Amino acid sequence: MIQTENLTKFYGHAQGINNVSFSAEKGEILGFLGPNGAGKTTTMRILSCFMPPSSGKASVAGYCVTKDSLEVRKRIGYLPENSPLYTHLTTKGFLRFVAEVKNIPAKERTRKIERVMADCGLKDVSGRIIGVLSKGYRQRIGIAQALLNDPAVLILDEPTAGLDPKQIIEIRNLIKNLGGDRTIILSTHILPEVSMTCNRVIIINEGRIVAMDTPENLMTRHQENLCVFLQVEGPKQKVFEQLQKVEGLMKVSEQKSHNNSIHNFKIEAKRGVDIRKAIAQNIVENGWGLLELRPVEITLEDIFIKLVTKESE
Amino acid sequence: MSAYFCSPIAYVLITIFAILSGNFFFNFLSYYNFIAFSVGMRSAQIGSQLNVVEMVLRPLYNNIAIVLLFMVPLLTMRLLSEEKKMGTIELLFTYPVRDREMILGKFGACLAVYGIMVAMTFVYPLMIFLFGNLSWGPVFSSYLGLLLMGASYISVGILLSSMTENQIVAGSLTFGILLIFWVIDASERFVGPGLGAVLKDLSIIGHFENFAKGVIDTRDIIFYLNFSILFIFLTLCSLESKKWRG
Repeated sequence: MIQTENLTKFYGHAQGINNVSFSAEKGEILGFLGPNGAGKTTTMRILSCFMPPSSGKASVAGYCVTKDSLEVRKRIGYLPENSPLYTHLTTKGFLRFVAEVKNIPAKERTRKIERVMADCGLKDVSGRIIGVLSKGYRQRIGIAQALLNDPAVLILDEPTAGLDPKQIIEIRNLIKNLGGDRTIILSTHILPEVSMTCNRVIIINEGRIVAMDTPENLMTRHQENLCVFLQVEGPKQKVFEQLQKVEGLMKVSEQKSHNNSIHNFKIEAKRGVDIRKAIAQNIVENGWGLLELRPVEITLEDIFIKLVTKESE
Repeated sequence: MSAYFCSPIAYVLITIFAILSGNFFFNFLSYYNFIAFSVGMRSAQIGSQLNVVEMVLRPLYNNIAIVLLFMVPLLTMRLLSEEKKMGTIELLFTYPVRDREMILGKFGACLAVYGIMVAMTFVYPLMIFLFGNLSWGPVFSSYLGLLLMGASYISVGILLSSMTENQIVAGSLTFGILLIFWVIDASERFVGPGLGAVLKDLSIIGHFENFAKGVIDTRDIIFYLNFSILFIFLTLCSLESKKWRG
């Protein structure tokens, strides 16, 4: 559905993005991850035909964004950053305007407007002026306008920025429901969002792609040794000594605890060894209370920080 | 592009314009009455030669042309600059419309508002027609002239609106440039015959005078049309170059 090859964009002498190549299949939800100013918006603006790349090629649904930009525009829905809208219009009035500009036949207009309003939960505010609505509603209106032409590709630039946690969950669910046979590209700097909604992640930093894979693969790839979190009720010093004896253990470090008799440890094992069983046995045999034992998974956040800081060094 | 009628700008401008043009009409008509009376008292023959179009409507339309020159920048200044500031330009440019269609749409919408303003002054010749003799020729040519002239004003406004996201800057620059095009022929006499003729032909109000007299000259029509097309073309260039520069 989407193909880009060596996309590069200069702003004057400053480089926006550098040699960005990726592709997305039909039905895929692709997450763009990166710190502010990494080039997420630039890439999305190029894909949405808002501006041409300085060099490189990009095509959406088989049409080139520079040569057949009108054909591309017919097939995409784009939500720009911060969801700009005509704030003096009513929700319905705005959607009607968009439907006209998007050349939706007059007969279907009302039906389509009703449908996107239902999909995005806008029925209650259809007659209200956009300027007085909350950010959550505006964001949904932004998504609604993008959906009006039934686009095969949906490009969402930070759809959840500036929303409260409840609204974020709503928008996320909305995006997930929109998937199916649509290709969705969304950018964000909120990491859990990506692991929750996306099939594939592209991490971009300083205009370059630094990683591209499924969230699971990224995590397993960057997971080095098994890490275990342990909470024990018992004498601290003795527990610590016992733990050192467990086979396959590499490092034990104590972590902060709010209770004097309960202690937290972070234990790192040697590669390929699962030491959970041994630890549990050891503690139980000593008659201490085993309160918690769980593997600590590396989060997307850790990977992100790692990749981004490695890059800038 | 119905944005104009959802915001107070159009209504404010239309009202002010109506008051101003009404005031001019009243003044010119009173003056005409005064002259007509005092002349008619002395000699009925000279009195009957007084021409209401020459004495009331022509100066009225000339004044209206200048009032509009002050008001059009207020009408055009937000056309693109506001879109830029609000970010909605990003929506417009990713909808399946060509840039030129969009600009022409905006131009058309603005011209429509302008047309409404101008059309309201039609009540004045109508009043004269109801209470006296009126030759319609010069009236219609004046309206054609006003419309063409308005198109030129608006095209300048759109260009400058596309260059900045600050409405005030766009408005003042439009106003400044229109003023220059208005007074440019003032220096005609001092710069020599060759350049003088060029300057005179560049005057945006100068070309209106023929229309107000009732003369429809293709030169004037072509001037206004060319002027509008040139500035709309420059607007498209300005938008395009913005895109490439990012």
